[in-house]
Amino acid sequence: MSLTARLAPPRYLLGQALHAEWTKFRTVAGQAWLLAGVVTLTVAVGAAAASAARCQSATCGLDPATVSFTGIYPGQAAAAVAGVLAIGNEYSTGLIRLSLTAMPRRLTWFFAKAAVLTGPVLTAAALAVAGAALAGRLILPGHGFTPAHGYASLTSATDFRADAGAVLYLTLIALLSLGLAAAVRDSAAAIGLVLGVLYLFPLAANVVSNPTLARHLDQIGPLPAGLDAQATIGVRGLPLTPWQGLGVVALWTAGALLLGALALRFRDA
Amino acid sequence: MTTQTVTPARSRLTPERESFWYLVHAEWTKFRTVRGWVIAVLVTIAAITAFVFVATSVSSSCVGTDGRPSACPAQLTGPGGVPVVDAFYFAHQPVAGNGAITAQVTSLAGQVEVGQAGTGAPQMGPGLQPWSKAGIIIKENTSQGSAYAALMVTGSNGVRMQWDYVNDTPGLTGRVSASSPRWLRLVRDGGTITGYDSADGTHWSLVGTATLPGLTSTVQAGLFAAGSLYDSRFCTYDSSFCTRATGVFRHIGLSWPATGWTGTNVGGSNSGVPEPGTLRRHAGEVTVASFGDIAPAAGSAYGGQGRSLQRALDGTFFGLIPLIVVAAMFITAEYRRGLIRVSLTAAPRRGRLLAAKAVVIGAVGFVAGLAAAALALAVGTPLLLRAGGLAWPVSLLTEARMIAGTGALLAVAAVLALAIGTIVRRSAPAVAIVIVVIVVPYLLAFHPGPQAPGSGPGGGGGWELQVTPAAALSVQQAVPQFHQLLATYSLDVGYYPLAPWAGLTVECAWAAAALALASYLLRRRDV
Repeated sequence: MSLTARLAPPRYLLGQALHAEWTKFRTVAGQAWLLAGVVTLTVAVGAAAASAARCQSATCGLDPATVSFTGIYPGQAAAAVAGVLAIGNEYSTGLIRLSLTAMPRRLTWFFAKAAVLTGPVLTAAALAVAGAALAGRLILPGHGFTPAHGYASLTSATDFRADAGAVLYLTLIALLSLGLAAAVRDSAAAIGLVLGVLYLFPLAANVVSNPTLARHLDQIGPLPAGLDAQATIGVRGLPLTPWQGLGVVALWTAGALLLGALALRFRDA
Repeated sequence: MTTQTVTPARSRLTPERESFWYLVHAEWTKFRTVRGWVIAVLVTIAAITAFVFVATSVSSSCVGTDGRPSACPAQLTGPGGVPVVDAFYFAHQPVAGNGAITAQVTSLAGQVEVGQAGTGAPQMGPGLQPWSKAGIIIKENTSQGSAYAALMVTGSNGVRMQWDYVNDTPGLTGRVSASSPRWLRLVRDGGTITGYDSADGTHWSLVGTATLPGLTSTVQAGLFAAGSLYDSRFCTYDSSFCTRATGVFRHIGLSWPATGWTGTNVGGSNSGVPEPGTLRRHAGEVTVASFGDIAPAAGSAYGGQGRSLQRALDGTFFGLIPLIVVAAMFITAEYRRGLIRVSLTAAPRRGRLLAAKAVVIGAVGFVAGLAAAALALAVGTPLLLRAGGLAWPVSLLTEARMIAGTGALLAVAAVLALAIGTIVRRSAPAVAIVIVVIVVPYLLAFHPGPQAPGSGPGGGGGWELQVTPAAALSVQQAVPQFHQLLATYSLDVGYYPLAPWAGLTVECAWAAAALALASYLLRRRDV
């Protein structure tokens, strides 16, 4: 009787992969720090921006949600690092070979990675956005964002849409980073690529003088598109409607995840 | 029996291995033999240069009468090709050869638009801008942009002598009034015009000397008034010229034969002033009242695309990102591979190892920035000239500062990334931190949108570009700022809040602080 016959054929279940990945995620200290960083940066910078904002007249044109969510500019970088490191750590330590030996179905493994990342990031993003929105609601009415200046209430359905848009945006950015990191395999290059994709579109849109080109850059870049999802006033004048904006970010994320999955599936680890 | 002890052979450190440059050479070898890093630095240069083609596609940002974008009117330029505003009321007479004009100013008053009643004339209330002006002027001719020298009283800046739009020098201080009038005199001698002022008409003091090269023999001499340009602190109704200055003159004397005054609205009806100026004579007094301004067109006062040559360097951020990745990896890759243990065994003085790395990566960044900026300006200058986006003439010295400054900006950013990489020892967080501290402040400085009304003039951007490493971008500023022109000097028209080298110093301070912490941690910590 041979040894192999006595062993049950291996079953690579998604549940096992999820459990394994969750164990990895929660036992690595770095990820918790990064998610704490997402919350801290988003709330602190948002509160600072709200303290600095002033609205003296009904025509000041400032969006209270945009002001409160200023912290998402640096906060998303922490979310991106969390996404990159979820895959990048495996490559930089060589753990990837062990992981793929234990779970040869690479796409199942990749899906489990993404799923495990989504939960904690979504939680951190919700905390961050709730904190930033709360800070804005406490600070902004004292700085001229009053009903007299056209800011009737800071808890309307539009504001909840902005909150939801911001939470989903941060989560999608973490997943986008995960996908690109799987495609690039190197943490440093991946984070450079992700932050380049995020920050360079709005920078380019700011500096080009051609208004048509600037508008298109604002439509296709994930960061400006995500900002459209966080708008509460002047929505009609934006390059994209809020849900279209979130759709653009989702497309970027889907593209990055597909790229990562293809690279993982058809390439040596 | 005695045994002779033998000292085991031990390699001695040769003097050249003790030297710092030996370490630098070792680090340079490490750098140049990693193909990906060299490629990334080439990408840095290529990205900055390639972005020129996007940044210089200068298109019209003017709005036509139908509210749609339309072609901008050609920018008016003065002597030396500087963009100018030249629209005011000029009571003049032609004069030939050398001579002098003298006048006493007894009052400078003004009216400001406080609202617009329907579609009719704007409603006016009393008010004066700090640079509202009235005085005497010698101008080559009455066409816009011609050379001039003028001596004037201003709203709150005392007596001033200004010439050829960009030059300004102070005379007597204090406001003019009937009880404390000001005497003004301009003396022409060939191409030189000298201004004198006096409080009593007998004791004169020199204000300034203007040299107007190529001034024709026959010029126009006379009186002028200009309300000065729009400033949001004074105008509730948005118009370029919202203030009318009214100057009252007495005892006007010309050394040339008098031929009688002619009133001309310089710039005619297309100059944008709400109403033409007026000239009144009554009982020995001459009153000149006018909107408009005679000044350089800089900041928000410049109606075109602005920003001039620095557009060609707009790709700097695109080059910064690959460079930051490489600079952080220059140390984090050693940690990841464990090479740091070998490196520190070979060079046990850890601070020197870090210094050698900083020298190598700083030099790489400097050369990359220098090459990229020189290429970008070489490619961008003709493109901008063709597209009409090169408004402000840029001196060779400024251009050299922009190129060397971009090199320094990239070098210091690379050293900062190396230091942060040493501190956190991991690639991804190090790269993210450095990109965030350099790029996000710049984005946020743009982010709040149009400057809130009532904030008045001031530097572009806020604290974001004063205290963060992004302040170094100011080294690329190519457009000048004028104290005698109250305009909004904001980031979107190319103005940074700090002076060029001051901004770079802020970035250097951050890099130095990070390097000091990195050096301390490297020596104190286990690898």
